[in-house]
Amino acid sequence: MQEILQQLEEKRAAARAGGGARRVAAQHGKGKLTARERLDVLLDEGSFEEWDMFVEHRSADFGMADQKIPGDGVVTGHGTINGRLVFVFSQDFTVFGGSLSEAHAEKICKIMDQATQVGAPVIGLNDSGGARIQEGVASLAGYAEVFQRNVLASGVVPQISLIMGPCAGGAVYSPAMTDFIFMVKDSSYMFVTGPEVVKTVTHETVTQEELGGAVTHTTRSGVADLAFENDIEALLQLRRFIDFLPASNRAAPPTRPTEDDPERVEASLDTLVPANPNRPYDMKELILKIVDEGDFFELQPEYARNIITGFARMEGSTVGIVANQPLVLAGCLDIDSAKKAARFVRFCDCFNIPILTFVDVPGFLPGTAQEYGGIIKHGAKLLFAFAEATVPKVTVITRKAYGGAYDVMSSKHLRGDVNYAWPSAEIAVMGPKGAVEIIFRGDLGDPAKIEARTEEYRQKFANPFVAGSRGFIDDVIRPRSTRRRICRALAMLRQKKLDNPWKKHDNIPL
Amino acid sequence: MFSKILIANRGEIACRVIRTARRMGIKTVAVYSDADADALHVRESDEAVRIGPAASAESYLRIDRMIEACRQTGAEAVHPGYGFLSEKAAFAEALAAAGIVFIGPPPAAIAAMGDKIESKKLAHAAGVSTVPGHLGVIPDAETALRIAREIGYPVMVKASAGGGGKGMRIARTDGELREGFRSAANEARSSFADDRVFLEKYIEEPRHIEIQVLGDAHGNVIHLGERECSIQRRHQKVFEEAPSPFLDEATRAAMGAQAVALAKAVGYRSAGTVEFIVDRERNFYFLEMNTRLQVEHPVTEWVTGLDLVELMIRIAAGERLPLRQEDVRLSGWAIEARVYAEDPVRGFLPSIGRLTRYLPPTGDDIRVDTGIYEGAEITVHYDPMIAKLVTRGASREAATRRMAEALDAFCIRGLSHNLGFLAAVLGKERFRRGALSTNFIAEEFPGGYAGATLSDEAKRNLIAVAAAVRRRLAERESRISGQVSTQAPSIGAQWVVVSGAEQHAVMVEPAAGGYQVTAGGAATQHVALDWRPGEPILRARIDGVLSVFQIDGDGVGFRLAHAGAAMTVRVLRPAAAALLAHMPVKEAPDLSRFLLSPMPGLLVGIAVKEGQEVKAGEELATVEAMKMENVLRAERDGRVAKIRARAGDSLAVDDIILEFA
Repeated sequence: MQEILQQLEEKRAAARAGGGARRVAAQHGKGKLTARERLDVLLDEGSFEEWDMFVEHRSADFGMADQKIPGDGVVTGHGTINGRLVFVFSQDFTVFGGSLSEAHAEKICKIMDQATQVGAPVIGLNDSGGARIQEGVASLAGYAEVFQRNVLASGVVPQISLIMGPCAGGAVYSPAMTDFIFMVKDSSYMFVTGPEVVKTVTHETVTQEELGGAVTHTTRSGVADLAFENDIEALLQLRRFIDFLPASNRAAPPTRPTEDDPERVEASLDTLVPANPNRPYDMKELILKIVDEGDFFELQPEYARNIITGFARMEGSTVGIVANQPLVLAGCLDIDSAKKAARFVRFCDCFNIPILTFVDVPGFLPGTAQEYGGIIKHGAKLLFAFAEATVPKVTVITRKAYGGAYDVMSSKHLRGDVNYAWPSAEIAVMGPKGAVEIIFRGDLGDPAKIEARTEEYRQKFANPFVAGSRGFIDDVIRPRSTRRRICRALAMLRQKKLDNPWKKHDNIPL
Repeated sequence: MFSKILIANRGEIACRVIRTARRMGIKTVAVYSDADADALHVRESDEAVRIGPAASAESYLRIDRMIEACRQTGAEAVHPGYGFLSEKAAFAEALAAAGIVFIGPPPAAIAAMGDKIESKKLAHAAGVSTVPGHLGVIPDAETALRIAREIGYPVMVKASAGGGGKGMRIARTDGELREGFRSAANEARSSFADDRVFLEKYIEEPRHIEIQVLGDAHGNVIHLGERECSIQRRHQKVFEEAPSPFLDEATRAAMGAQAVALAKAVGYRSAGTVEFIVDRERNFYFLEMNTRLQVEHPVTEWVTGLDLVELMIRIAAGERLPLRQEDVRLSGWAIEARVYAEDPVRGFLPSIGRLTRYLPPTGDDIRVDTGIYEGAEITVHYDPMIAKLVTRGASREAATRRMAEALDAFCIRGLSHNLGFLAAVLGKERFRRGALSTNFIAEEFPGGYAGATLSDEAKRNLIAVAAAVRRRLAERESRISGQVSTQAPSIGAQWVVVSGAEQHAVMVEPAAGGYQVTAGGAATQHVALDWRPGEPILRARIDGVLSVFQIDGDGVGFRLAHAGAAMTVRVLRPAAAALLAHMPVKEAPDLSRFLLSPMPGLLVGIAVKEGQEVKAGEELATVEAMKMENVLRAERDGRVAKIRARAGDSLAVDDIILEFA
């Protein structure tokens, strides 16, 4: 018995040593933590239960038979974050460059299967050179096994990828199918083909960082949700993020006790919307002032900044927030913002998270770039997402809600549960100027007449009362009491039950 | 007594006058420009009249509109506040002609004191000590040279019509004088369309001390002691206090007597201020007389127990002064700090924008005179003063301590402000000693202001507070719903407070009413937090002593500010802190070489060319944001190396506009 215990300890020590002191030093030299160190930071102290520590690869080609390291380049298991269960895999770059072997893939699949069954999030810490080339097609099969599970787990448990090193080629498609991708600046990158191939094929010279670094993916491509300065920052923020997420589609959003008064009045919101309808203002101020403790976890803050998405809490319970941002492109909807918000709305709907929508949208962004880019189909995604969502939906129109964009933004007509408007709201087919130029085309030569007509239109339609008279909004509320009114609406909706007709799945315009 | 008065002003002073008038049962009329339609003074008055567009010249400086507003509302008298029309004799005359009472001095007194040279002559004749100098207009540089030699260097060349430091030059040699004469005259011509200059002795280690006088229409004039306003920045007062830590009883009495004599000589009525410059030997010299209520009048109100606005109104209504000189009692100490929308680390450039958070401190012995509210906007049109913060105490030390607490508890978000700078001034040992001079700021912040540093004790407190906050948040996190175990995760006592490269190991354990925090080998501190997560102001009792902090952050990292200094901290478990050593040290890109867009907006124009030399304060570019044009100026001298944006570009925050060499 003693001998076996001794052997166990030795095996464990060997697994914990990973790729050995030299490779660990190299990993640290790159400013990166090891796979286990990362889990130490991510999980509650002492909560990690490791699985498959002794798994080794089964490859004999190219001298691999002699090179076996227990764990085979990935640390897997489960642990807790603030006491809540999560499943994790953490790729170990010090072991075969974190490359994915068949055995490595099996370890990941095992925790994914278990996570899906018990209903707990899967967190992947990606740091891998790619496929284990020595294993050939077995490695590719491993990827596909993971992909298949990503798809089956999608909408069942939250899946989060934190890219902490290389992630290239086919490997990108596992994170791509998870719900959220976070990256570490300067030490992580994601691309389908690397700079060398790009150079050969398209003659473009580009660095790894430019092609697929954290900044690229959080500002240009929109592939990643957030970029962090370093491993520790990223892992601590990931802990914070998990506190917002439900464990699965069978669980309610978590609640965290708060001392923030749901009745809190914010008088300054009365002056948030400027008197001049063409002047922008920062919608984030509204969000920060109405959510619990001003704590807002924004996603994709640097991408499609004309729409804001992120999580916050109301009375301690998670809500998803979608808001037009008048500071950027006047808050217009365009291809990128529609895609960004649609994906977020669908995540919330999957996981029972109520959606708060703040609307100040003058319409869709005009232009050939948008039309040729397919704004029709991309804009439809957001419309589709809001329309199919059955979670509680509370909407506040702060200013403009014009045209089709009004319909899109979680309107009453798309089964919005509680739709409020501020007194400054203008719910109309279009702004007064545009409308008058169409309706009174004949008067265009007469500025005085046009002005009078514009004023008439403004009086008639540029207010919330026309919509109110039709019941399209439930009430006109004072900006200062927005928090109180939303809290009450959400409390009322807590037991909401709404089902869409049975279908195999919908056919969202992709 | 009047039944209704109009306040021909805006901002805090309008609100302040309204407050007293209301207490006296007098109805108030506010006036406002288009930019002030939602301003606090409009909200607080009984009636409000629009007087024109945003530009002062089209609104608050329009005498005709003020009189029209009086007629329209039936206001019987006008309080002018300070600035704007307050020292325009023509305004007082026009009101008189319209049969409306001006709550201020007679036009003749305004006119007499309005001209720097004339006022000096009058003062001299009234037996007031004046700075040795030549009061006549100096025709040319050669005459200036002769006079300067008579007075003796150093001398000061000053514009006759000057103010705010414009058209002033110090000369210590003949060469400097020639140059100073020329440039002062030029500047005076361009700023005031009046190139008359005069010469006077330049005072070393000067202090600015002024005497508050009060006269009625019956020939009675008294003084209410002094205010010391030596702490100035570019001739703008920053701190004012009463009494002065420098004056003795004899000097006070002598200055008071001279001030009263001058007021009598000009037939003064209402509240006025006689400004003196005082040298290190307590010699004092008349500077000028301000024929209006001063910005800093609250400090006098607090040491005398009088309401100067009330007295002004009563005097204007013909009442006699309710007290004689011997009835004036000065007790305790009062200090005023001016809170401005400006960026102290960027050469005090004014800042504009919306006050997203505005929580002025409250409590005993704290007075905040303000003209704005949370959600209001500071615009380019008017003075960027946000508030006057006044504290008092039985002693100067007590008033100073209260001021420090009040500054710590003053929360402003949304634009740059000088609260940290004010706290840094207050924290200077020389301030505590009362060793003031008008050179205080230049001497104490020789390289400009770059933020304060925390004292060892303050830093220790800040670390203890950070640890207690983290523990408090950890306790709350451990109560989140949906935990797998029936046992909540345990919260360790060991934490590490990390700030930059510094790490401080701390032990935090719950204790009655708070936490016991032990940092390193130091003595255990008891920390009680009066704070809820999300609130920007945190009050901590550390071993029973109250310290106020400002806190911002997301729970992972936060910024704690105290006494003008700030620390960005992260409180980690020891295991995570140990791993920090592996994190790469990233060089922050040197952005000082770039002109960055401070806000999202449209680049309207660039005022410079590549290769051009620019001086600090020179216009570089204009960005239009929120439908307002914001002029971006050079923070220091330099040469433009490359222009990286073009007019018409749409800029995001921190987009590079141009690059310096």
